[in-house]
Amino acid sequence: MDLSAINPVLLIASLMVAATPLLLAAVGELVVEKAGVLNLGVEGMMIVGAIAGFATAVESGSPLLGFVVAAIAGAALSTLFAILTQFAQANQVASGLSLTLFGLGLSALMGQSYVGIKPPQMQDIHFPLLSDLPVVGPILFTHDIILYFGIALTAAIWAVLKYSRVGLILRAVGENHDAAHALGYKVLRIRVLAILFGGACAGMGGAYISLIRVPQWTEGMTAGIGWIALALVVFASWKPWRVLLGAYLFGGVTVVQLNLQAAGVAIPVEYLAMSPYLITIVVLVILSADKSSAPAALGRNFHASR
Amino acid sequence: MIRLEKRPQPSRAWSIATPLVAVLATMIAGGLLFAILGKDPVEAIRTIFWEPLFGEFAFYYRPQLLIKGAPLVLIAIGLSLGFRAGIWNIGAEGQYIMGALFGAGMGLAFYPLEAWYIFPLMVIAGAFGGWLWAMIPALLKVRFGTNEILVSLMLVYVAEQFLASMSLGLLKNPEGFGFPGSRNLQQYESAHNADLIAGSGMHWGVVAALIAVIFAYVLLNRHMLGYQIRLTGEAPRAARFAGVRPARLILFCLGASGMLAGLAGMFEVSGPSGQVSIDFNVGYGFTAIIVAFLGRLHPVGILLAGGLMALTYIGGDIAQSNMGLPSAAIQVFQGMLLFFLLAFDLLTNFRLRLGKPEVA
Repeated sequence: MDLSAINPVLLIASLMVAATPLLLAAVGELVVEKAGVLNLGVEGMMIVGAIAGFATAVESGSPLLGFVVAAIAGAALSTLFAILTQFAQANQVASGLSLTLFGLGLSALMGQSYVGIKPPQMQDIHFPLLSDLPVVGPILFTHDIILYFGIALTAAIWAVLKYSRVGLILRAVGENHDAAHALGYKVLRIRVLAILFGGACAGMGGAYISLIRVPQWTEGMTAGIGWIALALVVFASWKPWRVLLGAYLFGGVTVVQLNLQAAGVAIPVEYLAMSPYLITIVVLVILSADKSSAPAALGRNFHASR
Repeated sequence: MIRLEKRPQPSRAWSIATPLVAVLATMIAGGLLFAILGKDPVEAIRTIFWEPLFGEFAFYYRPQLLIKGAPLVLIAIGLSLGFRAGIWNIGAEGQYIMGALFGAGMGLAFYPLEAWYIFPLMVIAGAFGGWLWAMIPALLKVRFGTNEILVSLMLVYVAEQFLASMSLGLLKNPEGFGFPGSRNLQQYESAHNADLIAGSGMHWGVVAALIAVIFAYVLLNRHMLGYQIRLTGEAPRAARFAGVRPARLILFCLGASGMLAGLAGMFEVSGPSGQVSIDFNVGYGFTAIIVAFLGRLHPVGILLAGGLMALTYIGGDIAQSNMGLPSAAIQVFQGMLLFFLLAFDLLTNFRLRLGKPEVA
């Protein structure tokens, strides 16, 4: 075992990379849940985003275009969920599950000819002066643009939810859809838009895994990250900045266990690989005592005739 | 303008017709998908639904129907109990793996002893393994209010890693020339879940699945606990006033579904699959969710739905080898089925009306 091979600066830098897919998917889901909708299809939307983004980037040579298409693909898949739950009044848990099952199959089908290909690389941004600082430079200022986009998106969602009229309406719909309807807000329209937004975020998160984090396409490569993102929203008590914190925590766990595997610690690889999932459970247990901050109408369908 | 009007009571006729309509819609949409993939859609649908039952090699495929259908029905019956009460165990895949590991572990511990009591002990161990794995989300939910969906799902990934660790380590065949995977239980007579009638595909798992169907039917229709499960699902508030204890229900539903999933894993590992290996699990635990919904969470419905889903597995394999249809296409096909089912379920609870809605 050689722990000295682990470089703390690189470790923190790769922690941020590992956290970004989680962050993107989780803030998207946060908006969806704030509108009172529980979409369990995050895993499915992520994996479809991963292959759609990957394929686009490979064909066009532009990773950025890949991310755009991944967002569109994620949103497109979430439309199915929106139709099922908002118009066909289907059970949200079952619909979300069906989205995940369908997405996993669809991505495997789409990705057949892309196994083993290397995608075009995304350039890291070089900040003048800042990137050359010792320690801080490599940790904070030598990443790709999507990573910064994720943090900016978190800030934007926080500000919109807290200070804007749009945020207030979204929260009203999530807390009490009957009251919001009585006030004249279009409950279904707002929820559908929130679902599409969540889908786009999940799609981008998936593309971040296949284009930057790994970067490669393998079947089922999201390996439960979508589900961890769902847990993260609970963990964060539906607060954007806490989602960021949680994502970095889980990113940290993933990176540390990968580094320990590489360093050849005496613990078998399989047990190290279990750790992110086990820690998710432990965190859920600790934090699920407090449910007061959950949107009151979460998971309940709205039908105007009542 | 089409609008929805809530039915005072769910329509019985539509409740039965919905799965059939969904299957038809899936055939059409699936046919389109196959056409996009450049395969003859009619031929593909015929291969999937007709070939295994009445085709030239049906004598080979019909037993397969039982082999693939049994674990699906067994798991789906368990899941349906919870789903009815709004308790969502979606980690059956993990419980299936643990059941297989416990069952196989019990059998291998006796190797090479031949005795009549080994197989029954393995059955008990398998059921215990699945039950144990399901008790984790159950106890956490009862004690801490933790979301059982997320916990049971996380445990699938944990179980998969555990399976890898076991097939590379503790349960690895010492005479296996270093290859991962355990001894083949098919070659160990006392532990082999053999066909009861040679070549029929009728192994103990099929018997267990049929017993589970009858048991669930009696439970739901003739027993107080079954009544409480249905009541909790349909009117949670009323159930609380009627004195239903939610904690007991959670422990029972998750425990029962874990046990059945564990049994399914145990029968699979000791029979059709034969050994513990890294890629032992093939997603029965997830497909069973579709089976449970397709069967309308009703025991008899699940039996039929399990058969249909097994058909798509086998037909899919045939289409893969005969027509080069990718295996993922079948996965998409199965996913579509659940979509259509949920969408058409609208007709059970709502009436479609033409015209402008009146101002309330």
